[in-house]
Amino acid sequence: MLNSRRAGWRSAGLALVTALALSGCTASSPPGSEFNDPYETANRDVHEFNKEFDRMVFRPVSRAYGTVVPGYLRQRLNNIQSHFSLPADTINAGLQGRGENTVHNFFRFLVNTTVGVFGIFDPATSMGLEDRSTDFGETLFVWGAGEGAYVEVPLFGPYTQRALVGEVVDVFLNPLSFIGLDAPASYIPAGTYVAEAVDYRYEFADTVDGVLYESGDSYAQLRLIYLDNRRFQLGDTSNAAAIDPYEELYGE
Amino acid sequence: MNDLTLTRRGFAGLLGAAVAMPGAALALTDAQAQKLVTSLVADIQKTINSGKSTSAILKDFESIFDRYADVPTIARFSLGVAARSASASELRAFTDAYSGYVADKYGRRFQEFKGGDIKIKRVKAEGKVTVVQSTADLRGQSPVAVDFHISDRSGSPKVFNVIIEGINMLTTERTEIGSLLDKAGGSVSKLTQQLKS
Repeated sequence: MLNSRRAGWRSAGLALVTALALSGCTASSPPGSEFNDPYETANRDVHEFNKEFDRMVFRPVSRAYGTVVPGYLRQRLNNIQSHFSLPADTINAGLQGRGENTVHNFFRFLVNTTVGVFGIFDPATSMGLEDRSTDFGETLFVWGAGEGAYVEVPLFGPYTQRALVGEVVDVFLNPLSFIGLDAPASYIPAGTYVAEAVDYRYEFADTVDGVLYESGDSYAQLRLIYLDNRRFQLGDTSNAAAIDPYEELYGE
Repeated sequence: MNDLTLTRRGFAGLLGAAVAMPGAALALTDAQAQKLVTSLVADIQKTINSGKSTSAILKDFESIFDRYADVPTIARFSLGVAARSASASELRAFTDAYSGYVADKYGRRFQEFKGGDIKIKRVKAEGKVTVVQSTADLRGQSPVAVDFHISDRSGSPKVFNVIIEGINMLTTERTEIGSLLDKAGGSVSKLTQQLKS
């Protein structure tokens, strides 16, 4: 749903869920299994709730947003959201020991803050300083923390426990979170976070609809897609040996 | 995923003797694999940019799928354990229906690549599998990693898996076909009928 790779913003609900996730975080995944889903029954209930929310609110809102707001403007808002999380990206890259990415993200932030007018534009990408966003979940992965269980969070969608903890920590890791802004500027981070999620729902509408409403078991399908994609982003190859159907089917 | 582990445990032994695959003698070269994907990508792009109606495009996709992909192997893998107990004629009918279903489903997705560009980055062998790595550049979006997995163990070089940003077709389809089969009460022929509609 709202889940994106970017750093999140303060949310009481998310903090509560994280407390729950943290309490279960010691459960490591059994070796060789494709996923670890001990909370499947509860997750499936949340999944049904999220689908209902999507049908009633998220999808119609995204259609209206995509229709009314021009693509150019939507992209500018996405840029601001991405820009806002760059300080956290820089810190995370440092914590991961990825010096090049740290410097890269730092200069990306400098260029887009100045030439890009507080991140509204993205001149950095054309200068070779493309988006290399990361998150504290990735930092935990680099540090060797286990993935934890698969959880589907109300309104926010699928996470691993590790990714969920990371998302909350990212809020506090971001120095910009502590700059005292007055309304309406104080709504910008949360506002652009939601705007980006809504924009993605609009841009990838067919794909999301296909998974949620046209698959035989949308819960199982989303779990597989999320975990495979998340592991790919992290470069987690522990489960990723190429599937060889010839070996499995014909013993070749 | 319980049925997946179950499948892995018992499959090879049961089927190994029954299925003799022809023409496994010659090893697939990187150049052959690259040529296959280059030609596949060109055909896909020609189709999505052809300006034809969606139904005509989906028809074209089915023939592309039949030509470039090892459909019987992909179909059998998607069916999972149930393929073991299915009869030869059931499997044939399922494979036929599956080919249409896949062309329809992925053909619609591939249309999102319209106006985009797919570039081959690297070809490498991973054991018996040849991997062709490419990136799809879509307008206004970050590049998307698309890997094609190729083998000639069906007798000629064919694509047997496509992986987009880590999401692979074989396990996605095994999950999907598995749940559709459950809904069809475990009957392969019933599932085949549903895939046709």
